[in-house]
Order: sequence, then C-alpha cells, then structure tokens
Amino acid sequence: MYAYSDFDRDFLAERNAQFRAQVERRIDGALTEDEFKPLRLMNGLYLQLHAYMLRVAIPYGTLSGGQMRQLAMIADRWDKGYGHFTTRQNIQYNWPALRDVPDMLDALGEVGMHAIQTSGNTIRNVTADHFAGAAAEEVADPRPVAELIRQWSTDHPEFQFLPRKFKVAVTGSAQDRAVTAAHDIGLRLVLRDSQLGATVLVGGGLGRTPMIGKVLTDFVALPDLLPYLEAVVAVYNLLGRRDNKYKARIKITVHENGIDEIRRLVDAEFVPRRAAFNGADMALYTKIAADFAAPDFITGTGDFAAHYADDPIFRSFIDTNVAPHRHPDYAILTVSLKAHGATPGDASSDQMRLLAELAETYAHDELRISHEQNVILPHLPKRHLRTVFDALSDAGLGTANIGLASDIIACPGMDYCALATARSIPVAQEIAVRFEELKLEHEVGPLKIKISGCINACGHHHVGHIGILGLDRAGVENYQITLGGDGGPDAVIGERAGPGFAYDEVVDAIERLVRAYLDIRENAQETFLDTYKRTGAAPFKAALYPETASPRTNQQADKAHAA
Amino acid sequence: MPRPFTPKVVTANALLEGDVIYLTTQGHWTRNHNEADLIEDPATAEIRLLEAQALAHEAVGPYLADATPGKDGPEPIHFREAFRTRGPSNYVHGKQEP
Repeated sequence: MYAYSDFDRDFLAERNAQFRAQVERRIDGALTEDEFKPLRLMNGLYLQLHAYMLRVAIPYGTLSGGQMRQLAMIADRWDKGYGHFTTRQNIQYNWPALRDVPDMLDALGEVGMHAIQTSGNTIRNVTADHFAGAAAEEVADPRPVAELIRQWSTDHPEFQFLPRKFKVAVTGSAQDRAVTAAHDIGLRLVLRDSQLGATVLVGGGLGRTPMIGKVLTDFVALPDLLPYLEAVVAVYNLLGRRDNKYKARIKITVHENGIDEIRRLVDAEFVPRRAAFNGADMALYTKIAADFAAPDFITGTGDFAAHYADDPIFRSFIDTNVAPHRHPDYAILTVSLKAHGATPGDASSDQMRLLAELAETYAHDELRISHEQNVILPHLPKRHLRTVFDALSDAGLGTANIGLASDIIACPGMDYCALATARSIPVAQEIAVRFEELKLEHEVGPLKIKISGCINACGHHHVGHIGILGLDRAGVENYQITLGGDGGPDAVIGERAGPGFAYDEVVDAIERLVRAYLDIRENAQETFLDTYKRTGAAPFKAALYPETASPRTNQQADKAHAA
Repeated sequence: MPRPFTPKVVTANALLEGDVIYLTTQGHWTRNHNEADLIEDPATAEIRLLEAQALAHEAVGPYLADATPGKDGPEPIHFREAFRTRGPSNYVHGKQEP
C-alpha cells in the first residue's frame, strides 16, 4: 500500500489547520455561511437533512487494518458508532458536530486519510477495481495508476473550480468491476507490445442524463497518461458549460461537441502539456508501484477442502462470496454489508474493528471497499477461510449473498440526503427481507438491483439489471423501474419499464419481475440479464403491469415463455 | 384568481449540530415542529424569513416550509418535512432518539 511521505503528512496537517481556523471563524461569526460553504465542501463536509455529514475518501477503495480501526474509533468518538460505505468507495459519517470535524480530520491524518476533494467541482476520489492486485484475470494492478492520479489531482491549482464535479475510475481487468463506462473518465489498463497503457473513455455518467462513456483513445502509453488526462480536463475546464449546472458535466460537453471534436482539442492540448512533464511523474510512479507489490504469498490450503466438503453452509458462503485469486492457494473474500434487513453499506464500529483484526491476522493487512458497498479481504489464504467465516458469522457479517438479489446498492436517499426525492434504504431493506423469506435468491442467481433516491443516481440505478429510482410525485414517494442495465465492460443504460409504483407497491413489483424471470428463463444458467436480452422487455412489463398488459404484450410474454 | 396561501413555518439547520430547527413566534429556534410559528400570510412569511436569515450565527439555510394547524401545533405537509421532524427510518437516530 502507498505510504505517506513527510510531504504528504505536512500537506495534510497544514490543510487541516487551515480548516480548523475556518471552522472557528464560522462559529465566531467572522465567516458567513456563503463564505464558509465552499470551504467546508472542499474538506468533505456537507450539511444534510438531519445533520452534518463528513465524507472521507478511501482512495481506490484500499485501506489497511489500522486505517479501518481508526475509522471505527472516529465512529465511536464523534459519531453514532457506525459508518456508511458509499458507491464511490468513500465512508460517510452521518452525525458529526461542526466543532468536532477538525479533530476528526486530524484523526484521519494520523493514518494517512482525509476528506479533501470528496465534494465540490473538483476531481473526486479516484476509484478502482476492488479486486485490484488480486484478481486472477488482471492485466495490471490499477492502484499505482490510481494513486498517481490522486496525487496529481489533489489540490491541482488548475482544476479546483471545474464546471462540475469530475470522477475518474481505473480498472486493470477486462471484467471492469469499476464501472469505468459510467465515469467522466474511465481508464482501462491494457498491454500493447508489452507496454502498459490505458484505453481512455470519456463522457460517461449516470444522473439526470445517463450516458455511456465513449472511447477517446484506445491506447495511451503510461508515460503519456498524466499529460493526456491533464489535456482532457483542461479542454473540459474551458469548454464545459457553466451556464446550467444540469448541462455542466463532461458527458454533455462531449455530447454537444462530438467525440471527434473533443479528441481533436485534446490532441492539440496534449502537445504543450506533454512537453511540460519532465519525467518526474514516472519516477514517482515507479516508487508508488513498489508500494503496491504483492505480499509474500504462503502456500498450502490446510483443511479448507475438508471444511468445504463437509459443511453445506460454509460451502454456500464460499460459492457465493469468494472470487478466484491470482494465487491458487488464496481467495478473494467479499464480506457482505447487506445482511437481510440491514442498511446497505453500513458497518458498526465493532464490525469495522473485526474486519481490521481479520485483515491484520490472516490477510496481509489489506482491506478493500467496493462500489457495491461491501468490504473485501483481497488476499486471504484458503487455509484461513473457515476461521474467518466463523468470526464473520458471529458478528453478523456471514451473509452469503454477493451478487444476488439482496446484495443491493442503495444510496442514503431521503433518510439522510438533502437532495433526495424519496427514500432508498427502507426499500432495499424490504426487498432483501422479502427474498430471504421466499428463499429464492440463490435459485435466481446473479441479479443486480440498484436503488437511487433521486435523479442524481448515486445508487447507480441506470446500470442495475433492475434499477429503482425514487421520485416525488405530487408530494408522494413514487418509484420508477428500469430494466436491463449493466455496469460491466459492455455497459448499458437500463430502459424505463413504465409508470412508477407507490412506496408500498414497489417490493411486490420487484417480486413479480423476478418470478417472471424464473418462469421464462431457458434454464438455470440463463441469468436475469441474459433472459432480458433474449426476450426484451415485454414479458417483464407484462409482469409489472398485469392489469394494463395488452393482448399483444401477453402474446409476446407467452411466446417468450414457450421459447 | 390567486391560489390560497398555504401556511408556513421557518425551518433551518442548527449551525453547530446541524439538526433541524424551527423559528418560534418569539424569534428563537426550537427543535420541535409543533412549537414553530405557523405563519398565515405571505408578507409575514417573508419578514420572518428575513429575521431568520439574520440569525446566521445560529442557523444555516433557513427556508419556508408548508405546514398545517394540528392538535398540538403546526404539522408538516410534505413527507420530506415530516422526515425532518423525526430522523431516518433505518435507525432510531435524530429526534427519535430517547
């Protein structure tokens, strides 16, 4: 993992001291709220529905046991004993008092963490594949590139007042677990003639106007990457619209100007930018990459095979929550923060401490946070899986549901967020409980349900196989459903199914969708998404709106069923 | 014909804790919606909002929210404002805390 240098520590300490003084000036009245607001946002402090909220960056989702332990301490000392892991690999504290925030930031600084650029019209926390450095099929570990981008973008003087926020994601795997196509810039690391570089996607994003990113260039060699990114952001900084915040993201800039014109401008901008880079970035990259060297893997799997053969509950957990590791004697274990009925993404301080202890004791002191709001032990020897499973189960973290119907992404929605138009969390909780009661989700198989409480789409509903969008319709919560979205390498925006559902109708609607899928799938191997691609929306719409389904729609449904 | 005026309360978030507050008839802030001043005409509403904005050392982002008379005082109309009187639905936090 990246280790903070003296420069990093000094920078953070100075920045925190500045913010401490700004808070004091706000409290004593020397600063108005209009003056203070941009300052607090630069340091990740929002004012939400019921309280302040501090958003802390977990760069590319990687943290150590010690860092997780500190997050738990902060939750206990200055919040309500829990934290909420978000869809951008951050953690949010929902209840800090204004006076305490500088102390919280100092405590974060003690373990090399901060909340800088987790808000505002800046380059936000750089996200990455949560299996980085561990996935069996990976081309390259994306974290050194992500760390290089983090250092380049943090406090970058040219990019502190962009037209809108700017999000970058990096993947080193063709499976694209980082949803790169839904980011302002998505980087997909590739090897060309043994040289590491990246395919650069630009103009992706969800929100009010969802768009899939377009390929700006299919290969930028690593030494050219930072100047190329700088050229992209510089072009956007000048060309992006500042007259209308709803048209200010780079996806609109790309849409209005065309990808060819953006490419021409970026290529022109790249030339002087490249000349200004003297190689210091690559020297830094080499140093950073060394920090991300793989741990010394131990060999042997102990009693794993026997436990797997003998215990069906353990076997189900392994089959559901473990992904292949690059080393045959290791596992990538995803710990679900989606126990049925729990708040998606929330972890208590006790759970955080347990995860820290398990990482430190058994898993090379590494943890990851996924954009799907779970925690990963990326380097767990198979020989320790049984012990870890038992400890997790005792702490309410042994749910075997990764990738299943109850592994739902949900934004905080109107339970916390000042922007939300409807609640997300209780809908997610009720769907998860429903599928647990039905004992259906393992039979259903892979299914991504994603819920957003407003059009800004923090819950990624557009790329959910089933997406749910909570809206305010004439003073009543109403939920639109989208179908067929996909956040993978061939990302697709889901299609709106039809009229929305009232709060007390939406869980039944989701159950009807899933039952329709079970009814019409060709076999158990055909996933929900595959079935949707084969049949189209008609049979699913017929299930959602049985009372309004036309004879033609019913015929299509019957035909799909017969097929 | 102009639409009838919907009564309002002035609400904001407290500067130090961030929790939801309401302006009383005495010009103080209260945590309880039913202790808020229910404003029955638009001119008074604008004046009271200006008064609230002048209390910037105590409150952040004051605005007018629709409300209706209730048995124990003003009650919120919109579900967002109803949530603000209580706290989140997933934990007994905020104003619901014992």
